Amino acid sequence: MTMLLEPAEAAPAPETVIEVPRSIDPALPISDKVFFVVAKGIGISVLVIMGAIGVFLGLQSIPTFRRYGFSFFTESSWQPENDVLGIAAVLVGTFTVALVAMLIAFPLALSAALYISEYAAPKVKSFLISMVDLMAAIPSIVWGLWGFFLLQPKAIHVAHWLHTHLGWIPFFHVDTDPNAAPWAQSRYAASAFIAGIAVSMMVLPMAAAVMRQVFSQAPIGEREAALALGSTRWGMIRTVVLPFGRGGIIGGTMLSLGRALGETIAVVLIISPAFDIKFRPLEIGTSTVSALIAGRFGEATSAQLSALLTAGFVLFVITLIINTLAATIVARSRSGANAD
Amino acid sequence: MTTTIEAPDGDSGDAPVSAAAVTALGSPEDYPGTVTGGYAVVLSPGLPGSAPYDSAQNVTTMSPEGLGDVLPHVPHVPTAAEGGYASDFVRSVRNPNAPEHAGPDLPRALSSRTQDETLSFCGSLAGSFAVVWLISTQIMPFTGRVGFVLLWFVAFVAMYSGVTAMANPRTVVVDRVAGAVVRAGAIMVFGALLSAIVFTFLRGAEALVHINFFTEDMAGVRPTSSLDHGGILHAVVGSLIEIGIAVLFALPLGVGTAVYMNEVGGPFSRVVRTVVEAMTALPSIVAGLFIYTVLIVTLGISRTGIAAAAAIFVMMLPIIARASDVVLRVMPAGLREASLALGASKWQTVRMVVLPTVRSGLATALILGIARGVGETSPVLLTSGASTFMNTDPFNEPMNSLPLFVFSAVRSGEPLFIARGFGAASVLLMLVLLLFVITRFLARQKVGSR
Repeated sequence: MTMLLEPAEAAPAPETVIEVPRSIDPALPISDKVFFVVAKGIGISVLVIMGAIGVFLGLQSIPTFRRYGFSFFTESSWQPENDVLGIAAVLVGTFTVALVAMLIAFPLALSAALYISEYAAPKVKSFLISMVDLMAAIPSIVWGLWGFFLLQPKAIHVAHWLHTHLGWIPFFHVDTDPNAAPWAQSRYAASAFIAGIAVSMMVLPMAAAVMRQVFSQAPIGEREAALALGSTRWGMIRTVVLPFGRGGIIGGTMLSLGRALGETIAVVLIISPAFDIKFRPLEIGTSTVSALIAGRFGEATSAQLSALLTAGFVLFVITLIINTLAATIVARSRSGANAD
Repeated sequence: MTTTIEAPDGDSGDAPVSAAAVTALGSPEDYPGTVTGGYAVVLSPGLPGSAPYDSAQNVTTMSPEGLGDVLPHVPHVPTAAEGGYASDFVRSVRNPNAPEHAGPDLPRALSSRTQDETLSFCGSLAGSFAVVWLISTQIMPFTGRVGFVLLWFVAFVAMYSGVTAMANPRTVVVDRVAGAVVRAGAIMVFGALLSAIVFTFLRGAEALVHINFFTEDMAGVRPTSSLDHGGILHAVVGSLIEIGIAVLFALPLGVGTAVYMNEVGGPFSRVVRTVVEAMTALPSIVAGLFIYTVLIVTLGISRTGIAAAAAIFVMMLPIIARASDVVLRVMPAGLREASLALGASKWQTVRMVVLPTVRSGLATALILGIARGVGETSPVLLTSGASTFMNTDPFNEPMNSLPLFVFSAVRSGEPLFIARGFGAASVLLMLVLLLFVITRFLARQKVGSR
């Protein structure tokens, strides 16, 4: 690509009398041939490995779909002994946990990203950026322990308070009497709400990192123009940084949503499994697709295993769609097509 | 430009140029290396022929004498920063009654706290604390420290905006409230990070103080045995073996794929890139379930270290390939093209230009990928089986690992086992922190070598 059509006299060969244009398509050296073959071989093998997983999951789902049909998506209970299987409840649970996680992670990630890119002193900026990286590297089991042992005893009070004062909203309802003299603490524990908080801490750094990166690319000229017109710092953020970073905000949030849907260990540690369709995250008991797999793979027969694989495949397809959308949005915002 | 608006100290537009320059520049000793027109004009009369000529050859230590030779007739035009015409003019028009502004113009400080701001901040903080304390303990009692802090923050924001609104326009109120909210959010994020690390180490300290925790395995240790017995050596060794095998395969394949996608290219590489990017969405539990179904159920391999390593490998491969791809993609194309233009072959370019250039970035991305692989529990949960004894053979017998040990210990419900679980989690966290410090070190090296 870099070999331009040069005029022959630009590189005169001393021995030849008749000047022949330099061949622009020379034979590849042997090292390059080997390199190409090896690189392509690696590419093919990775493609085969990765593709095999996708194809395998897809093929495993066929018998399940053939057997249970569309009721696989509408049936809520998971009773292999009665031949009744469905992922309706776990899908609802998955999205409830992810929704709680995003409700908490989104404002926190946005403010952390804004703080790092707009408020922090230049000296601590790189330190804070690496702290966000560190947060992403903290193992999920540690966040699970944090959520179960440290957060849960405190969060049930918050849940109780929310239920007492906002219980008339179905989302905050818990099936117990909030004003009973010793209120039923156990009804508020092991809930999607607490699992969602732990998951939010896991997915937050990813969203914050994407947002901060896009914010830091906001055009300096427009920032200075806003300030020169007498804008306050928040005025500058609202009129320049946030509109410019809109794609990054949406994309980063969706990327972390994709991860929130697949989180396993923290959810398994915190929730107590329940298979009913409900939108009451403050109440004890829920289940997610990944928690279902982690809990049921051991005693599964091959038919049940393929049902679990189907559940995993559905989860994979959902996260794949979300990730692809997110990547498209982030890429568009970075190319500047979204900036006006 | 020359203005007739008077400035009390007489240092405005009517003042002689040289005087303005001297006041603006200060004494000559303050500016030993500055090469400006003003410097030459002010100094050259005072130092006739004092500078030796050989020093004039060096540009950086050019003497005023030499400068005077080079720039003999440069009149001094004070710039805005030196307090010359332009800024005086602007300032005079804007605010003619501002005598204290004789010095240079400074950029508007966005972050400096005025007294008004500091006082209203502290006052609101104390006032809202008092109000919430009064409400929560005397009037409407409720339990929970988290709720107290949340209510305190809400009351603070309300009070802060109210106090600010008494003396400031609406835009300032909005600015301060937004600043308070953003800062509070950032404090919460970093506070949560800190609390997770500190909490794990505090709860783990109980087990970590015993030496045998690091030197023994759990073979024959009863659930009620005290912390003097048993340790997590088998889990540490198992974790290292499993991640070692996974990295051994994932690293060359992942980096090789990234090199293939970026340096070889072609329509087929786009297919590879699409598939790799799609597989980064694969939840780790599904990767574990895939290995469980294929290796353990279908092929009949028992739950061993190699199965766990395979699950970690499947989980890590797209992450590492993606991260390396990102690092290679942001490498400036000019370096690559320069190498090719000098006649280097593709392979020489990759080996001598591309890989050395991105080395530190690549290392950072890879170590973060490894940190993620070593801490992930769900793939090993399905594939390795939790042994209680030391096992260094990945092909036979189950092999425990740190995250799996933490998980099963905490799930047991036995207080001593939970303490052991926290101890193991602290060790895992230390491992991740160590990997992280290495990446910081590599990243700093990159800055230094440029």
